[in-house]
Amino acid sequence: MTPETIFYAVGMPIIGVFLGLVYKGIDRRVSARMTSRIGPPIRQPFWDVGKLLLKETIVPANAVKWIFNAMPILALASSMTLLLYIPFGIIKAPLEGYGDLVVILYLLTLQALAMAIGGFASGSPFSSVGAQREMVLMMSYEMPFAIVITGFALIYKSFSLSTIASTPVWTIVGPLGGIGIFLLLIAFLLVTPAELAKLPFDIAEAETEIAEGMLAEYSGRNLALFYLSDAVRGFAMMAIEVVLFIPFTLSYLFGLNLSGATLYIVEALWFLFKVLVFYVSAVTLVRTSFARFRIEQASRLFWVYVNIIGLLGLLLIWLEVM
Amino acid sequence: MAKTTYYVPIGPIHPALKEPIRVEAEVEGEKIVKVDVKRGFAHRGIEYMGMKRNAIQTLYLSERICGICSISHPYAFVIGSEKALGIEAPPRAQYIRTIIAELERIHSHILWLGVIAHEIGFDSLLFWTWKGREKVLDILEAITGNRINYSMYMIGGVRRDLKESHIRVLKDMITYYWEFTEHMKEVFLSDPVYKARTRGVAQVSKDVALKLNLVGPTARAAGLRMDIRQDIPYDAYADIDVKAVVPQDIVGEARGDAYDVTMVRIYEIEQSLDIIEYCIDNLPEGKILAIPNYIALLNKIKKTEGEGIGAHEAPRGEVVHYFRYDGTRDGPAVWKVIAPSYNNINSWGYCLLGAEVADIPVVVAYIDPCMCCNDRVAVVKDSTGKILDYSILHRKAVEKTRALEKELGVMK
Repeated sequence: MTPETIFYAVGMPIIGVFLGLVYKGIDRRVSARMTSRIGPPIRQPFWDVGKLLLKETIVPANAVKWIFNAMPILALASSMTLLLYIPFGIIKAPLEGYGDLVVILYLLTLQALAMAIGGFASGSPFSSVGAQREMVLMMSYEMPFAIVITGFALIYKSFSLSTIASTPVWTIVGPLGGIGIFLLLIAFLLVTPAELAKLPFDIAEAETEIAEGMLAEYSGRNLALFYLSDAVRGFAMMAIEVVLFIPFTLSYLFGLNLSGATLYIVEALWFLFKVLVFYVSAVTLVRTSFARFRIEQASRLFWVYVNIIGLLGLLLIWLEVM
Repeated sequence: MAKTTYYVPIGPIHPALKEPIRVEAEVEGEKIVKVDVKRGFAHRGIEYMGMKRNAIQTLYLSERICGICSISHPYAFVIGSEKALGIEAPPRAQYIRTIIAELERIHSHILWLGVIAHEIGFDSLLFWTWKGREKVLDILEAITGNRINYSMYMIGGVRRDLKESHIRVLKDMITYYWEFTEHMKEVFLSDPVYKARTRGVAQVSKDVALKLNLVGPTARAAGLRMDIRQDIPYDAYADIDVKAVVPQDIVGEARGDAYDVTMVRIYEIEQSLDIIEYCIDNLPEGKILAIPNYIALLNKIKKTEGEGIGAHEAPRGEVVHYFRYDGTRDGPAVWKVIAPSYNNINSWGYCLLGAEVADIPVVVAYIDPCMCCNDRVAVVKDSTGKILDYSILHRKAVEKTRALEKELGVMK
């Protein structure tokens, strides 16, 4: 138990929750501005969580009680663990060497799975329909995601995120591989809204169709935990994208010579800015400009089109590496 | 492994519904295999109230039947009343009435477009369409003084006159909405995601539409050329050759699904703009009320014995009001309202069978349902399945009172 370990165990979740909620607030604000509304203040998600924590937690009579209550904790825990594998700007990931991209894929899946199992356990028909949709959607988007990770593993001969972050991917591939990486980026951006259950792929939580789906029976503290895990997952997912596709540091781009605390602060702010750019472009823009797909349409999109894009990118990278 | 079906109750309170109605569906995975629609949650007894009041009070009451197409009920009311009384509104009043009715059609259709966008999860489109709708609401407020319940019509004319400034503003509005509808066609009709969500959903063929008694844009989308403004012209529509908007004339074939309904409604907005333009260009001069004195009007109603039917093409379909004045009171002795949603809800059971859960909101919303227009009579059954009519309920009430008297010891 070094002081560092304690800091990571206590500090990272707090930082992660804070950043996740801030990004959620910015997302809501930008989305409102895009649809000519004023929108809520940035600190609205914090108030939402605070309100939910004060509310009574109701467990339905026909729910499987212990699963119903355990799943929000599992979801939050998995998304918190996710943060420990992501290099934060130039700071190395706390759990570097103990896990890699495959673990990240697993943790992201675990969280969606926790939501689905919670939906099944709540015993409401709406939740059951929502959970079924979530399972179908997971089966659809996990494959392109895996393809993207495989492509990176081909280039670096390693699954480690820190290795990938240390040398930007664009500097070590030729023209063919560059096109391949770009196709992988497109595939990954298409997977992102589905992974985060945002429009146009919020099929499992369709408000107008199945009354919020999996979360229909959740209330109070349990719902707050799901809300937090969703916020943290959003931040983590964007951070992964930044690390994979634009890991350029500010010093590298502008040739600055910084040292000491200034370097860390500037680089951290630069990293957060990159995450924000990704968040707005991959979630907010898409969320405000699309309608919700039907489940079979979404499945077809991922299984056919996104997979073709991803596999084409993988093929190009493979040719490059060979 | 045995197939399991879920029982999915939708309503009376549900996020997709703004008004109470119950849809009970048996769902197998994502497919609906059995469906039942129950209505009668919003019965308010407005017809009965109307028979207890005088005709002018009932006119304002009729405006409260429906919130969105609030001019359609008074319009049918005044037409029916005028037929029963044998009076005729002055030409200027007839034109003003038509202008108001068409303005309302514009705002109702744009509202519906926003609602259907919201139901398929396209909230940006909802905000954008409703922002565009504000302009016509402002015009309506400028002309009538209110945004929704205008209180503008009167038996034998209208209560407010159109001024020169109004006409200028109306002309500005017409140019604005020509641009707006062009933009809407682009956003709705050529958007791939919107098309994917509405093509083939809630599909009703021509024969089925006739069998189900559909009216309004729902029936026109199925290819039926039916429009009260074309079939039984009244007021200024008699001077204008209104043609029913059907998909055959626009794209060559009518499929009768939610996409076609969208198309019909967008093109009807353009038709309304044409009608308004004609009306303000040819607005006759003269007075706006046949009988300006309301006391004289009520006295005339008191002495009149007769009946009349007024029909108006509301944004949702045909509204029919039937009246009888019996010459003893200054109010209607019989008042019967037939609202369009009553016919259109018949299509739900047909469309939902075999559809997916994701299509329920689209099927529910595509007819622009109005539950308040809907509920006529609630039939109450007791546990034995016997229908309770007035005499039985009365007898039960008397029995209960007797039992209470016995309990309290106040029996005579």
